[in-house]
Amino acid sequence: MTYIAKPKIAHPSLPKNELGLTTRDYEGAVSTLCAGCGHDSVTAALIQAVFELDIEPHMLAKISGIGCSSKTPTYFVSQAHGFNSVHGRMPSVTTGANAANRDMTYIGVSGDGDSLSIGAGQFVHAIRRNLNMCYLIENNGVYGLTKGQFSASADIGSKPKKGMPNQQEPIDPVSTALSLGATYIARSFSGDKEQLVPLIKGAIMHSGFSLVDIISPCVTFNDHEGSTKSYAHTREFYHHVSNIDYIHPSKEIKASYDEGESMPIHLHGGDTIVLRKLNRDYDPTSRADAFKFLRDRFNAGEVITGLLYVNEGRAEMHELMGNTDTPLSQLPYEGLQPGNDELKKLQNRYR
Amino acid sequence: MKPTDTSNPEYFHKVVDCQYGCPAHTDVPAYIRMIAQGQFSDAYMENRKSNVFPGILGRVCDRPCEPACRRGRVEDKPVAICRLKRVAADNRDDITDRLPKPPPQNNGKKVALIGAGCASLTVANDLRPLGYDVTIFEALDTTGGLMRTNIPAFRLPPEVLDEEIGYILDMGVDLKLNHRIDSMKELLDEGYDAVFVGTGAPKGKNLELPGRYDSDRIHIGIEWLESVAFEHIKEIGKRVLIIGVGNTAMDCCRTSLRLGADNVKVMARKPRGFFKASEWELEDAEEENVDIMVNHSPKEFVYEDGKLVGMKFDLMEYNVDENGGIDRGTSTGEVVIPCDDVVLAIGQDNAFPWVERDIGIEFDKWECPVVDEQTMMCARDGVFFGGDSAFGPKNIIWAVEHGHQAAISMHKYCQGEDIRDRLPMGLNLSSQKMGMHEWSYSNDYDGDARTQMRHVDLRERFKDIKIEVELGFDAEQAAQEVERCLNCDIQTVFAAPLCIECDACLDICPVDCLTITKNGDEDDLRTRLKAPAENREQDLYVSDALPQTARVMVKDEDLCVHCGLCAERCPTGAWDMQKSKILIPYAEDEAAGVQPKTAAGGAGK
Ligand SMILES: Cc1cc2nc3c(=O)[nH]c(=O)nc-3n(C[C@H](O)[C@H](O)[C@H](O)COP(=O)(O)OP(=O)(O)OC[C@H]3O[C@@H](n4cnc5c(N)ncnc54)[C@H](O)[C@@H]3O)c2cc1C
Ligand SMILES: Cc1ncc(C[n+]2csc(CCOP(=O)(O)OP(=O)(O)O)c2C)c(N)n1
Ligand code: SF4
Ligand code: SF4
Ligand code: SF4
Ligand SMILES: [Mg+2]
Repeated sequence: MTYIAKPKIAHPSLPKNELGLTTRDYEGAVSTLCAGCGHDSVTAALIQAVFELDIEPHMLAKISGIGCSSKTPTYFVSQAHGFNSVHGRMPSVTTGANAANRDMTYIGVSGDGDSLSIGAGQFVHAIRRNLNMCYLIENNGVYGLTKGQFSASADIGSKPKKGMPNQQEPIDPVSTALSLGATYIARSFSGDKEQLVPLIKGAIMHSGFSLVDIISPCVTFNDHEGSTKSYAHTREFYHHVSNIDYIHPSKEIKASYDEGESMPIHLHGGDTIVLRKLNRDYDPTSRADAFKFLRDRFNAGEVITGLLYVNEGRAEMHELMGNTDTPLSQLPYEGLQPGNDELKKLQNRYR
Repeated sequence: MKPTDTSNPEYFHKVVDCQYGCPAHTDVPAYIRMIAQGQFSDAYMENRKSNVFPGILGRVCDRPCEPACRRGRVEDKPVAICRLKRVAADNRDDITDRLPKPPPQNNGKKVALIGAGCASLTVANDLRPLGYDVTIFEALDTTGGLMRTNIPAFRLPPEVLDEEIGYILDMGVDLKLNHRIDSMKELLDEGYDAVFVGTGAPKGKNLELPGRYDSDRIHIGIEWLESVAFEHIKEIGKRVLIIGVGNTAMDCCRTSLRLGADNVKVMARKPRGFFKASEWELEDAEEENVDIMVNHSPKEFVYEDGKLVGMKFDLMEYNVDENGGIDRGTSTGEVVIPCDDVVLAIGQDNAFPWVERDIGIEFDKWECPVVDEQTMMCARDGVFFGGDSAFGPKNIIWAVEHGHQAAISMHKYCQGEDIRDRLPMGLNLSSQKMGMHEWSYSNDYDGDARTQMRHVDLRERFKDIKIEVELGFDAEQAAQEVERCLNCDIQTVFAAPLCIECDACLDICPVDCLTITKNGDEDDLRTRLKAPAENREQDLYVSDALPQTARVMVKDEDLCVHCGLCAERCPTGAWDMQKSKILIPYAEDEAAGVQPKTAAGGAGK
């Protein structure tokens, strides 16, 4: 952590977005995480992404649980709404908020501990509902905040700083989300913003549940030799299988892409992303293929990154429930509360 | 790009913009920190080492450091470096026992210095402590040169001059006043081991226009200012036109107001932005209600009944091209502006009628001596030039730097050494880390605007020409202004083998000056940084290949505010904040034959 505040000066040639804001305007408080924590890089990528998407701060909600990772919302877009909830309960709080106001952008930030242990049930059901949110897991293989115990994402054989290597089967958030039918699933690395920023942008603009599992090393408790979530290990074993370019609505698709190797994906809200495949054998629209590919590469010790699965065809929560387009928070009282007569009519139907 | 060689003192020297911009390389951030800690005498001595006249320069320096100051790029206005120098001078204790002293025994070599201006005085300051027998010949009956005769007392009080010049003369300099040198040949025949010419650029430029010689109310600026300084002239007419808009013009207009004029116009040929006068001198003149009239080109002096009544001007129009260049302009009409006196303030020339042309000293077609820019020696061995006499009119701080360099050459020349074989600049680096988040310097950015100077009230100041207008900073103002300094000498020093490429430093940097990227050539790299590096005068700091990905760390030095956040956020200590002390050799170091030393210690020292 750092004692002085980040000075309120900026590079004069810093680009401005359509709202006339710079990335500096999307910052939050100075991080109190350990110097060098991957989570801080994710914060920087988030700032970049919401800046590039011209998101109005008051239309953004940041929700988290408990953990070093869950402190992230404090460190970006101070002017946005934020909720630091109970351990593992970020998805239900987000569900409630989203139910009340479907117009806002929801970014949930969680950790591997927060999502895969105490909050596993919540994580699973948010996917099942296809809640329209961007769900980030800052995955470091440990409980950072409580001093580095292995989390459920620790790989077999990964060594802790002290004690025995992990022997339990890891839970892989990507395969889990795939099996549960999530509609936008990506993995990236905190040390690779070129890949991460567009993936987060796609995740924010995707309609429905999007997961970005981000390998985000814990410099203090899990960055040593023998750890499979260290900076060095990740750099050595990670592969891009697909990257995306987010196309700003004001721009046309200009770059020329190799036939077969790239596919434009039109998102619900009218945005477009172009997915660039770096591995011919990989089909990111087939759940079965994606699952097999991921398992094979995982068994070979590789860390596969990129947009791993995408499906624009499934309805998100509000659509599934046939809710009104107007956010509930904006409906007049009468609209929300049908009144005594209506209640009587309803009751009569069951008499 | 190749990895930056930070062992070359030039690299970090350039990062300290003010010091690099100062001809005499005054260690500005070091003395500002001393002021911050109340060590005024130390700050004074730190200044004196490089610029010799801190009290004088703290008032009237041309301050090339200020336009160079990084703060002026980060926000609007640079640190008030010059004013802080005066704070050190105003608040110092008696420092006489800290001044250099002549040795008990002279070294047997005799040098002659011609002129008692700042250039010669600097040579004396550097050579007396080495045991040289120093004689200064001065035409006037007083010392200081233009500092005394031309810079008006309301900007530079004579007591300040006397005190700082006294420090040098008291080392035992043989000062011969009222002793104009009329023949260089004769002086050379007297057998001095080396001769220094510090006679300035004494000839005010004239303006040969119709009517120039038909009135005694047309004055040449620098001669007129000298007569005022010596109280030969005590008044002037009510309406005065000053021709020219350089610093001399500013002194002439403000002096006129103190001699009885109440309508003073400075007549400029060109538009604003093309004036030679410094911004602050213009401001000071305008505060005193001097009119600055642009686009007036002087044409002739206008008389009625044999009496000067005005001056005729062409009204000019100019074209400015996209590079900011201006053409010669065209006249769109004429105007006569009434006046009682005219002061010509359009520049100075060198003049050496007393230097014979057959004694091996060469002159160029502008009658300037041919002088080597490093050694300050002219075509004749053993004769050195410095100050305005060397390359035409400049300013005090340049004259001082010439003096330092000439002193080194004269020493080496007298000792039979090669005057080109000079000690190189050196560099000391020392980490400023005191604890987890603690640095030995004030690293928190202070957003305060530049502190305004306090002035004597507009009515009061005209009562006597000797009333100094600027009051200097008080304690509170000084305490506020020192915090604006960015400590550019506390360098960001990078150790590539330690970096784990976590991006923490990139993300925290408030001015986005750090990038980790693939290496490339400079043009390419400059466009690929987090914020484009468009200021090509500022270097890129490029690391060795990083251990994990073989990319490089690139730092654009341009806007770094030296906040130390990169070093604080770095988990491995790959970035460190280290104070750089540029070691500048003086004649005494040459005499000792070793690289100059610096007092050890933290940034406060
Ligand atoms: C009006 C005016 C205002 C200025 N204001 C500033 C300012 O605010 N800040 C700044 O930095 N600079 C200023 N300058 C410039 C600055 O004064 C000069 O650059 C500086 O004084 C040059 O120093 P010097 O030692 O080379 O020569 P000078 O100061 O000119 O000294 C030369 C000395 O040599 C003597 N001399 C000349 N010929 C002979 C001879 N043959 N024999 C013996 N003695 C001789 C002269 O009498 C004089 O005393 C100003 C100049 C003018 C004209
Ligand atoms: C209900 C509850 N149980 C346990 C804890 C203790 N606890 C705090 S953070 C944490 C784990 C956080 O791990 P992760 O989500 O991976 O975050 P990290 O710190 O690694 O980023 C635990 C178990 C708690 N705060 N609340
Ligand atoms: S303990 Fe680990 S996860 Fe927590 S802030 Fe420090 S480095 Fe980041
Ligand atoms: S000291 Fe470091 S963090 Fe601060 S401005 Fe300079 S490079 Fe950026
Ligand atoms: S903070 Fe340190 S380790 Fe991390 S990228 Fe910067 S220099 Fe490298
Ligand atoms: Mg964790």
